[in-house]
Amino acid sequence: MEHSQQWDYVIGLEIHAQLATQSKIFSGAATAYGAEPNTQACAVDLGLPGVLPVLNEQAVTMAVKFGMAIEAEIAPYSVFARKNYFYPDLPKGYQISQYELPVVGKGHLEIEVDGGTKRIGITRAHLEEDAGKSLHESFHGMSGIDLNRAGTPLLEIVSEPDLRSAKEAVAYMRKLHELVRYLGVCDGNMQEGSFRCDANVSVRPGGQKEFGTRVEIKNINSFKFVEKAINHEIERQIELIENGGKVVQETRLYDANKDETRSMRSKEEANDYRYFPDPDLLPVHISEEFKEQIKAQLPELPDAKKSRFKAQYGLDDENAYILTSSRDLADYFEALVRASSCESKLCANWMTGDLMAALNKADLDISTSPMQYERLAGLLIRIDDQTISGKIAKQVFELMWQSGATADAVIAGKGLKQITDTGAIEAIIDKIIAANQDQVEQYRNGKDKVFGFFVGQVMKEMQGKANPAEVNKMLKEKLQ
Amino acid sequence: MHNKSIIELAKGLRSKAFSSVELTQSFLNRIKKHEHLNCFITVIADAALESAKQADAGISSGAANLLTGIPLAHKDIFCTQGVLTSCGSKMLANFNAPYNATVVEQLNHAGAVTLGKLNMDEFAMGSSNETSYYGCVKNPWHTSSVPGGSSGGSAVAVAARLTACATGTDTGGSIRQPAAFCGITGLKPTYGRVSRYGMIAYASSLDQGGPMARSAEDAAVLLQAMAGFDSKDSTSVDRPVPDYLSGLSGAIKGLKIGLPKEFFGDGLNNEVASVIDRAVEEFKKLGAVVKDVSMPNLELAIPAYYVIAPAECSSNLSRFDGVRFGHRCENPRDLTDLFTRSRGEGFGKEVKRRILMGTYALSAGYFDAYYIKAQQIRRLISEDFNNVLKEVDCLMGPVAPTTAFGIGEKIGNPIEMYLSDIYTIAINLAGLPAMSVPAGFSDGKPVGLQIIGNYFTEDKLLNIAHQYQSVTDWHQRIPNGFE
Repeated sequence: MEHSQQWDYVIGLEIHAQLATQSKIFSGAATAYGAEPNTQACAVDLGLPGVLPVLNEQAVTMAVKFGMAIEAEIAPYSVFARKNYFYPDLPKGYQISQYELPVVGKGHLEIEVDGGTKRIGITRAHLEEDAGKSLHESFHGMSGIDLNRAGTPLLEIVSEPDLRSAKEAVAYMRKLHELVRYLGVCDGNMQEGSFRCDANVSVRPGGQKEFGTRVEIKNINSFKFVEKAINHEIERQIELIENGGKVVQETRLYDANKDETRSMRSKEEANDYRYFPDPDLLPVHISEEFKEQIKAQLPELPDAKKSRFKAQYGLDDENAYILTSSRDLADYFEALVRASSCESKLCANWMTGDLMAALNKADLDISTSPMQYERLAGLLIRIDDQTISGKIAKQVFELMWQSGATADAVIAGKGLKQITDTGAIEAIIDKIIAANQDQVEQYRNGKDKVFGFFVGQVMKEMQGKANPAEVNKMLKEKLQ
Repeated sequence: MHNKSIIELAKGLRSKAFSSVELTQSFLNRIKKHEHLNCFITVIADAALESAKQADAGISSGAANLLTGIPLAHKDIFCTQGVLTSCGSKMLANFNAPYNATVVEQLNHAGAVTLGKLNMDEFAMGSSNETSYYGCVKNPWHTSSVPGGSSGGSAVAVAARLTACATGTDTGGSIRQPAAFCGITGLKPTYGRVSRYGMIAYASSLDQGGPMARSAEDAAVLLQAMAGFDSKDSTSVDRPVPDYLSGLSGAIKGLKIGLPKEFFGDGLNNEVASVIDRAVEEFKKLGAVVKDVSMPNLELAIPAYYVIAPAECSSNLSRFDGVRFGHRCENPRDLTDLFTRSRGEGFGKEVKRRILMGTYALSAGYFDAYYIKAQQIRRLISEDFNNVLKEVDCLMGPVAPTTAFGIGEKIGNPIEMYLSDIYTIAINLAGLPAMSVPAGFSDGKPVGLQIIGNYFTEDKLLNIAHQYQSVTDWHQRIPNGFE
């Protein structure tokens, strides 16, 4: 849309990452997704009279791990607080969260924008419990409550208002998504709500220092929607201001179906959460020693891995980016290089090409790939030693994918071994030349393009199994 | 049989002078006979006789400890599996707890026989038992007087010999004040000594369960089974539990007793004061040394308490919303109606008053002036205690400024009611252990001596009380008609 003046956009994201713990943050109940309603809610999750929370150490460890990865200050002393409000799926009438003293303090993340990098500040990350779920269907005028999710550990990661476009917001969200999965602290499953996002959006006239009034958009659960929701909200705010209106501080909900946001509640209607330290839980003390231990366990992080892939394997930016986008992919790549001893570029191309296309088509990811790296290595070895051509290899790959057989078994079974016997090739070439004198004439008269015709004819005759380099060489000689 | 101490009862059970079933039946008969005291909300006669039978079998086979086969009862704040756990409230008048509190579990494990659940102020908020949905409990010494609160049912059941002993809880004096009013021995342990799991929360940072018994010796036996670390309660302390019974043998010659002057100022009834003076004289005779001490911040205890306790309670009681358990209003129009009517109908006046006070104190704009200020005062009070407890071994004073007051006398005046806990509340704010020990009578009503010790010195407190009880017989007095 055309605007009458230049506008700057200011965006901050709050991301809720569900921590990949076995049990809940304050009880021993399991956190697995998709169970029958209320089968994974124990007395503590139900908020029965008399029950008490006990902190899951694993959740703290994961939060610290995340904090170390974004080079954040880790609070030596952090406190759980109660956020009080009434809602039917909030069993205790308060959510246990962290307020004044979160476990992870100021940190940062580098994102890539327009070929450069930009540092995005992270204000804090705190631990909290998730609420349950209200079910509004099939309860005859009432609502059902499923408390399986109640007490699931969340890490709420709050960014500084450093993002300046929806694109940057998406880049930041992707980067964070990649990071938490690398660290193994969150499975990143957005469909199941393991990684959710709220966005704070404001606009201001270009060059103005002060922030405009911000609007919070709740629960945006895909990268695509984040971009759409933010862009939509920016347009709404600008249009409002340009028509003489004013943005009011409020919370809005993004409706993906209608691609619009609508007001949930204004600042005046906002709850007074009456935060205070939870007297049932002791403050969390984190020692230098513990931090050192966690640091030693940190995996190689995406940025470091990407640089290393470029340096060590000579990969270009794009392949390095794709192959380090998840730890599983990167591990597969390195295993493939080791097992095949082939050019790393060949390995990279086969992975980002045929393998990923096949995985996408089958809706699988690398961790569930039916093509194990050992089998793919077997195929690449046969390309490398010229047993098959690259073109035949595509066929072999297809057959391997379907059958689960090794490359050698497929090549032998289908007789796809490349013919390098010069005698056999020569006989075919002679035959083709004899049968196509017109084309020979054209070629000799300088029509170079006809050469391709001869290669095609020879390959066709030899069912693609002839060594293409050898065919080229001999054809050139014979057509002189 | 019902006048014997726990140790005597345990001996009787072992020597087969009587069985646990007989003992249990005799208490059940007394409970029936003295129903008018209104101290039980629930009696579980059949279950009690069944566990008595099992206890008898255990004793015969030699697998028994001191509490095996001993009948007791729980304050109705402790969750008991499959049994009504009302917390003295209409809100939970339909709540059969699906699990046992850790204290209940431990006492079951020790072989104790549960007779039933005891009346109390609603959600432990009250000093007279008058806020109970189930009506006031009567003081057996003077039936038109209150038994004290909130553990009024527990105190009366022990005093009237309807149970061998009972559990109670103390947030601002709820074990000690009714123990004093009813002439029994009660101990509020150090915060963290007894698990709070399954004990319905009033004010989490102050609540502490403890024993209510006829003597320090009985209290020692009961506390032994109640105390200890519980992995289900993050605020319980992982620290060995001493053998309280064997600790009852130490002489107290040279014991340094501090008398805080703030405990003996205006507002203390003269007769109560002289009972306390005489008790202190008794300790001098036993070789104790007495010293006057002062804790200047003590006068701030009540205002600090009435910010912190209601603040925590306003949040703790939010779970009673009519959604999952407890009282639910008829035909709610919508969600807000469900919440407001269920809570409006389920909670009594005093509970509502404290929820409102607490909600106010935690509200944006007031939080710093009330909650933060109160926490600062709380620290100052703790420091006062820490300072004086460096100079003396324990502190003594009255438990309450008066003896049991009349039913209906103070219920209309909350401030006056709150002042009846003036000597007990500071101890909860500091998290210290303290006892109430029968020390005499005024106008035929019992007076309690309070003994306050340093953190985790329950063993010392019990011994101090025991030595006093070895030379006095106030704790053995029985109200008329309950012999």
